[in-house]
Amino acid sequence: MRLPPFTLHRPRELGELLELLARYGDDAAVYMGGTELLLIMKLGFAEPGHLVDAKSIPELGELHVSADRLAIGAGVTHRRIERHHDVQRALPVLVDLERRIANVRVRNAGTLGGNLCFAEPHSDPATLLTALDAEVELAGPAGRRRLAVADFILGALSTALDPGEVLTHVHVPVPGPDTLVGYERIVFTERPAATVAVVRGPAGARVVVGALGPRPMRVPHAEMRLVEDDIDAAVEATSSAVADTDTEPGADYRAHLAGVLLRRAWSAATANALSVPGAAAPTKQG
Amino acid sequence: MHVDLVLNGELTAIECADNELILDVVRERLGLTGTKRSCDMEVCGSCTVLLDGLAASACTTLVAEADGKELVTIEGLSDGDELNPVQQAFVDHAAVQCGFCTPGMIMSVQALAMDHPDADDETISEYLSGTICRCTGYVKILEAARQVISE
Ligand SMILES: Cc1cc2nc3c(=O)[nH]c(=O)nc-3n(C[C@H](O)[C@H](O)[C@H](O)COP(=O)(O)OP(=O)(O)OC[C@H]3O[C@@H](n4cnc5c(N)ncnc54)[C@H](O)[C@@H]3O)c2cc1C
Ligand code: FES
Ligand code: FES
Repeated sequence: MRLPPFTLHRPRELGELLELLARYGDDAAVYMGGTELLLIMKLGFAEPGHLVDAKSIPELGELHVSADRLAIGAGVTHRRIERHHDVQRALPVLVDLERRIANVRVRNAGTLGGNLCFAEPHSDPATLLTALDAEVELAGPAGRRRLAVADFILGALSTALDPGEVLTHVHVPVPGPDTLVGYERIVFTERPAATVAVVRGPAGARVVVGALGPRPMRVPHAEMRLVEDDIDAAVEATSSAVADTDTEPGADYRAHLAGVLLRRAWSAATANALSVPGAAAPTKQG
Repeated sequence: MHVDLVLNGELTAIECADNELILDVVRERLGLTGTKRSCDMEVCGSCTVLLDGLAASACTTLVAEADGKELVTIEGLSDGDELNPVQQAFVDHAAVQCGFCTPGMIMSVQALAMDHPDADDETISEYLSGTICRCTGYVKILEAARQVISE
């Protein structure tokens, strides 16, 4: 398959990128790894006349790890995250997740930012980052702003990006030693069929189910049960939340899957904690 | 646009349109037909090339991405008639049936050996899971990959 014709632009700084996007409006698309963009263009679903390659903008290539947060630039590839020793130390669950995304070629070219901006419902990071209360930083004609990932992904292939606005960084809080984090997925073909992330810390719990609806879904009832250390009730609450929102054939199976994944994610979270000296162990095993 | 790259060890200049993909240019313009097209969607790995040493899907990578970089296709691995170790391992283990996936498999194992010289079986499987053999000759391919890593 051939690509429709377009002009490729390679701005060297953020201001230039924003200028190009303002100039060409709807006819421009930000191009990073192109692992999604070029595919949909080949398939004829998009035909932008201008591709603006943002990979060479130094600010977007930054990856900073501090004691309490990660700042991941929009141009950082999956490969860089999965091989970054400081990220491995700070948030091993993210490295595990990144290693399992797609295949090595997609991870070499594709970016975390591109994954979030495309908002494909079968996204691994969208689920985990929602559970971790991560934020995206955006820059556009109206300046900069920050949004929770949960408020950024609006639906299938739909984000809160305004016209001419770009994602510049993903900010991920690093959970403290008293916080349990787990993530599990099930995958039959290319992308995950279902994903579940669980976080439980002093401030409460998060249970997020992904890939089974248009966007990652929090399950507040399961979160309440987890705070009480009742994993069985949390599993049940998760299955029934999926059953409530899913009306397609096979909903009972997907509801079951979500419960199973929560149980696995919780086991992984507690096992991780037990292997870290001084970290919180749950009072009751799931 | 004008793209300067090192292609299989040789400085090469290519004039191409902005929307041209590596797979089309190497196969149709440069006559390097070892790189295969199959799924055309970054899934099967039959079009795998190395861009600055990293595995890339030629079917979905712009020629523009190769500007100022080193591009290696399957034709660039051997030294004349002398097979490179990955190619030799595929011969030693008869890791070929119809042969269609073989160039991509060899390039993927080459990428693996460069990324993870001490790869364990899990890492080998991870790299091979992104390449599809329609003849399902995975056991021999895995043996060949293990030989490369152990050498
Ligand atoms: C075969 C295959 C398997 C996959 N498997 C998985 C999987 O298992 N799990 C998973 O989570 N994902 C999976 N993916 C998705 C993969 O993670 C994404 O393709 C990749 O991360 C996208 O990044 P990119 O840099 O290539 O984005 P691009 O293709 O360059 O861009 C994607 C979209 O986002 C926009 N965009 C990109 N960056 C910005 C920015 N900074 N600001 C504003 N807009 C922007 C672009 O305009 C475009 O619309 C898979 C993809 C493929 C092709
Ligand atoms: S043809 Fe490129 S990955 Fe299948
Ligand atoms: S040998 Fe036939 S596809 Fe692999």
